[in-house]
Amino acid sequence: MTEHWRLYFRNWLSVLGLVILVVLVLVSVLGPVVAPFDPEIVGIDRRALAPGTVHFMGTDELGRDVFSRAVFGVRVSLLVGVVAALASTFLGILVGSMSGYFGGLMDHALMRITELFQVVPQFFLAVVLVALFSASVVNIIVAIAVLSWPAIARLTRAEFLSLKSRQFVDAARLSGASDSTVIFREILPNAMGPIIVSSTLLVGRAMLTEAGLSFLGLGDPSRVSLGVMLYQSRPFIQFAWWAALFPGLLIFLAVLSTNLIGDGLNDVINPQVVEER
Amino acid sequence: MGRTLRGYVTGRLLQAVPLIFVVMTINFILIHSAPGDPIHLLIGEGGFASEELIEQTRAEFGLDRPLHVQFLSYLGNVLQLNLGFSLRYRQDVFDLIMSRLPASLLLMGTAFVVSSIAGILLGLYAGTRKDTIADRIAVILSILGYSMPVFFLGLIMLSVFSIQLGWFPAQGMYDIRNPQTGWGLVKDVAHHLVLPVITYSAFQLALIFRVTRVKMQQVMTEDFIITARAKGVSDRRVVFRHAVPNTLLPIVTILGLNLEWLLAGSVLTETVFAWPGLGRLMFDAVSARDFPLLMGLFMVISSFVIIVNLLTDVLYRAIDPRVSFQ
Repeated sequence: MTEHWRLYFRNWLSVLGLVILVVLVLVSVLGPVVAPFDPEIVGIDRRALAPGTVHFMGTDELGRDVFSRAVFGVRVSLLVGVVAALASTFLGILVGSMSGYFGGLMDHALMRITELFQVVPQFFLAVVLVALFSASVVNIIVAIAVLSWPAIARLTRAEFLSLKSRQFVDAARLSGASDSTVIFREILPNAMGPIIVSSTLLVGRAMLTEAGLSFLGLGDPSRVSLGVMLYQSRPFIQFAWWAALFPGLLIFLAVLSTNLIGDGLNDVINPQVVEER
Repeated sequence: MGRTLRGYVTGRLLQAVPLIFVVMTINFILIHSAPGDPIHLLIGEGGFASEELIEQTRAEFGLDRPLHVQFLSYLGNVLQLNLGFSLRYRQDVFDLIMSRLPASLLLMGTAFVVSSIAGILLGLYAGTRKDTIADRIAVILSILGYSMPVFFLGLIMLSVFSIQLGWFPAQGMYDIRNPQTGWGLVKDVAHHLVLPVITYSAFQLALIFRVTRVKMQQVMTEDFIITARAKGVSDRRVVFRHAVPNTLLPIVTILGLNLEWLLAGSVLTETVFAWPGLGRLMFDAVSARDFPLLMGLFMVISSFVIIVNLLTDVLYRAIDPRVSFQ
């Protein structure tokens, strides 16, 4: 384990990714403590103030403090990214492990279903789903999760196919372990490496998808995410550019951190690639 | 080999048929499972539709008959390219989509050419100079480009180069107030094209750069490169004649895999710059809750993705003679 961490910390970019993510998570957890103002309070005399000492990210076109809004926005964006990625990872592992472990007819049927889900362009189906079934955080998470599990399922299946004929699996089976024990206790822990890398990258993609949906006007209006902030401040960009700049910058940092962490974890799993670099 | 290739291509293209059928089925299910009367998803909500039009569409799509009959008539309509009627534009959905297609293709095509050339050249440069400062900087820039939300980059471009500096127009494809013809029109469109293309190329460029760089590093250590070098072939020739062709395959693969994200990127770019293509049309459809148009766009884009993915597969095999046509 320490060897793994040593490999991870050898690359300063991966460390940077981790630092950014930890800060963002802290900010979103501490939320109300960090935010200096009520994010929803408007004020005619404080409209579109440039960043300064009191409002250090400025105020938007309605006089709301951009920083305070962003603190809560980070929370919603991270929540959508993490929950959607976890849900689709869970679904993907379930389908992929059964498919790879049992093989035969089960594998065939599950893989056809997976392919069906892969045929349809995810982002556009998400747009249609959210537009048809109303834009709420739950609907957005469900739409993203339902559409992004196939990649994890295929990956899990491939890992299971290569692991299931190893000796330790035979040994477990011979000692009388049930199928579910072999799948979840024996094979899955050994397959987790690549799965964790993919689902880390999924967090970033999910946040990008949510922000993209919001930018098209399909964000949850009652739970303001960074994407919704960007969408709302866009018409006023000419005289209050800061109200768009900071939320955008935060989305960028959040996605960047998951990409950097994903790359770093990948180096830990495939150390020989690092040596080649 | 010619015959095998043709047989293979036909076989692959035939596979698109059931896939497009699946998309039509999904579309049908969505229209019928969404809350509200499905008629509104075909001609839009509100009091805009005349009773006549409602009755006509209802009959056309057989909404008064059992579900399986409805499904068959839906398939029939879609196959005849009848995707419904957009009330916002008061126009047939399919005609509307076709009229916006050229603008999207112009943007995507230009961006594709620009990012491919720049990405490959940068990849070659960095890939043959492993671990130099230039290589490191290029890698960091590509990670940044890869993580940048395209609409955010677009807004930055818009604020800086259009609103603040006034170098480029902010909106649309040509100047409506001062219409041009001939050469003038070409120059006008090119001028409008600059910012959207830069915005839309960033992600693609980062992607192509990453792949080219890694592949170049691998290729440069292979035996045939060492042989070419030993024969006394010049460095430039080694790179362009021997190494570059080997990087094309992974580029085709990676673009095929990311096609969907490239299309999503074009929708968001068009939205930022009010580029009159399919993406902007989709944004308008979402804003106006113009469901017939939205569903029609979804149908067309999904079919496009399916066909391009199959073509990528074919191209992949055409580029690499080692891949068999089985």
